[in-house]
Amino acid sequence: MPQTAARRALRAAAVIASTAVASVFAVTPGLAADPIRIGSVVSATGPASFLGDPEQKTLKLYVEALNKKGGLMGRPVELVLYDDGGDANKARTFATRLVEDDKVVAMVGGTTTGTTMAMIPVFEDAKIPFVSLAGAIEIVEPVRAFVFKTPHTDKTACQKIFEDMKSRGITKVGMISGTDGFGKSMRAQCMKVVGDYGITVAAEESYGPTDADMTPQLNKIKNTAGLQAVLNPGFGQGPAIVTRNYAQLGITLPLYQSHGVASKSFIELAGPAAEGVRLPAPALLIADKLAENDPQKKVVMEYKKSYESATGQPVSTFGGYGFDGIQILVQAIERAKSTEPRKIRDAIESTKGYVGATGLYTMSPKDHLGLGTESFRMLEIKGGDWVPTETK
Amino acid sequence: MSIVDARHKAGHDEAEGAAPGKVMAEFLQLVFSGLTVGAVYALVALGFTLVYNASDVINFAQGDFVMIGGMGTVFLMAAGLALPVAAFIAILAAVLVGLLLHRLAIEPARGASPVSLIMITIGASIFIKGVAQLVFDKQFHSLPAFSGTTPIAIGGATLLPQSFWVIGGMLVLVLGLWVFLERTLIGKAVLATAANRLAAKLVGINVTVVLALAFGLSAAIGAVGGILVTPITLTRYDVGTLFALKGFAAAMVGGMGNPIGAVVGGLLIGLLEAFGAGYLSSTYKDAVAFVAILVVLLLMPQGLFGRRAVERV
Repeated sequence: MPQTAARRALRAAAVIASTAVASVFAVTPGLAADPIRIGSVVSATGPASFLGDPEQKTLKLYVEALNKKGGLMGRPVELVLYDDGGDANKARTFATRLVEDDKVVAMVGGTTTGTTMAMIPVFEDAKIPFVSLAGAIEIVEPVRAFVFKTPHTDKTACQKIFEDMKSRGITKVGMISGTDGFGKSMRAQCMKVVGDYGITVAAEESYGPTDADMTPQLNKIKNTAGLQAVLNPGFGQGPAIVTRNYAQLGITLPLYQSHGVASKSFIELAGPAAEGVRLPAPALLIADKLAENDPQKKVVMEYKKSYESATGQPVSTFGGYGFDGIQILVQAIERAKSTEPRKIRDAIESTKGYVGATGLYTMSPKDHLGLGTESFRMLEIKGGDWVPTETK
Repeated sequence: MSIVDARHKAGHDEAEGAAPGKVMAEFLQLVFSGLTVGAVYALVALGFTLVYNASDVINFAQGDFVMIGGMGTVFLMAAGLALPVAAFIAILAAVLVGLLLHRLAIEPARGASPVSLIMITIGASIFIKGVAQLVFDKQFHSLPAFSGTTPIAIGGATLLPQSFWVIGGMLVLVLGLWVFLERTLIGKAVLATAANRLAAKLVGINVTVVLALAFGLSAAIGAVGGILVTPITLTRYDVGTLFALKGFAAAMVGGMGNPIGAVVGGLLIGLLEAFGAGYLSSTYKDAVAFVAILVVLLLMPQGLFGRRAVERV
């Protein structure tokens, strides 16, 4: 059809024109007051708001602090922030806007795996570095040239849990996982690595994201002979109900939860049933309890103090991901001494030994996350609070 | 050390093998689980029934009354009120929302087709959830159990004391509703309106008041259900959707418009879900309710207890 052909030609022309404009922008040497624009799309409202809200607050807080100190390379930093409400379609639209209209040099954001995956093609095509704040390993595996992430992956969490089980002599476990995105992804990652630790999963159950009663599933696990521990990869209220039902059924095996519920609200919701539950969590959660000589102690305490005094809310792991995202990016721009997206990308990839709120990052062309299992601390819930099970 | 103990325990259980006691215990556990959850579905279904009887409207905001009851109590307790006071105010708040829903959304559309009215209630449900996000928050909350959390062991299965509250509360409400409908003049007016609205008007019944009453009452029932079940299932601004869907399934299975059917339907759906998850696969737990609707609608289009309301006159 000639009409569509004409339209396609027009669109191509528009794209060429806009890239031309973009490159002009990039080449023009920045004026002293010309701001460095960093983009962000987070889910500050909607179902993932408990993740996106602390991320948004952290990003704003640190960009503000940066500008107070004189900005980056003598230029102010402007944070262009959009709220996608947890909707992947909106996230993609905003991503396009960041690239085409706002001309950002880099992006920190993408609260959920869903929104991140929707935005990846936009930044890959535009060759602009994208530091994601979402959990799934699919974001950095396979490695994409311009995509990085700061949160732990489910795989690291699985490895940490299995390490702990192995050290307790556990070889046969039951697993009950949520059928939401988080639960499914973590279950798959755990099944992949479980063999490396000589552990077998002898009973497997699942529950829906809105289930209010897991006793039937747990009852099946209870009646499976020979289990030594139970693992619950899950997120939201599901793990709290699993923990309560677990206690109700009088199951005495050790219960492992995931980093997905590493927040105070889990202890509140699960109540006394949470006693003795173990889970891997970042150092931020136990900032006060870290040893003085812990490498992360200083960073974690400073972030906790500034976040809590600025927002009046307790610090969360998710805000920590945002903190690490913006720090890694800012340090990369400083090292690159350039705001050219490609140079920033190269600098992010060469991040070495960055001590963050989440862990110690060392990235490489093969690893765009750069965290190991040592970035997780195995915690046990005792007396309604977290207690580290290992001393470093 | 607990691991070793547990291993011994597991081995011991294994030695007994598939003893009938163990099979029985598992069955009982599933029954308890099903009855507790089913009791709440029954309460929601009862709310559907009441409004449907009085107005032919299927009120999809019914689940949100459950949420208002639970969330309202949580926040009033956080404000320092005692549980009974907080619960009472939360129920009043739900009734107020129910009356407003009727006055502002249903009454102005009087004469519209039932489908339009149903859509209005879906819109109202979305609106209530939106407001709840602002008035309350977006986090999950819980209430302390009314009488402790020490599980009670019955025949090898365990039951939370709160389950008795839920099932008992449901029975009291059902009985109270029956007495109200069958033994009081206002209740008879509701039944008369349900049977034939025009005839009810002709004998001097204020149909608008009766409809408002049905909405207020169904809101109160939903809110009580929400308060009773929150210590077990937790609550959040959006839990209403699930309760509305399951309660609707229960009302359909039992026969829309029949209070006994609503209760039986609710308990049946709860039990089917528990048995489905316990004996088959937990993957399809949520599908059970909807498969039950399909089967019932195919085999008995009126539902298990469904009779035309007209037959009662």
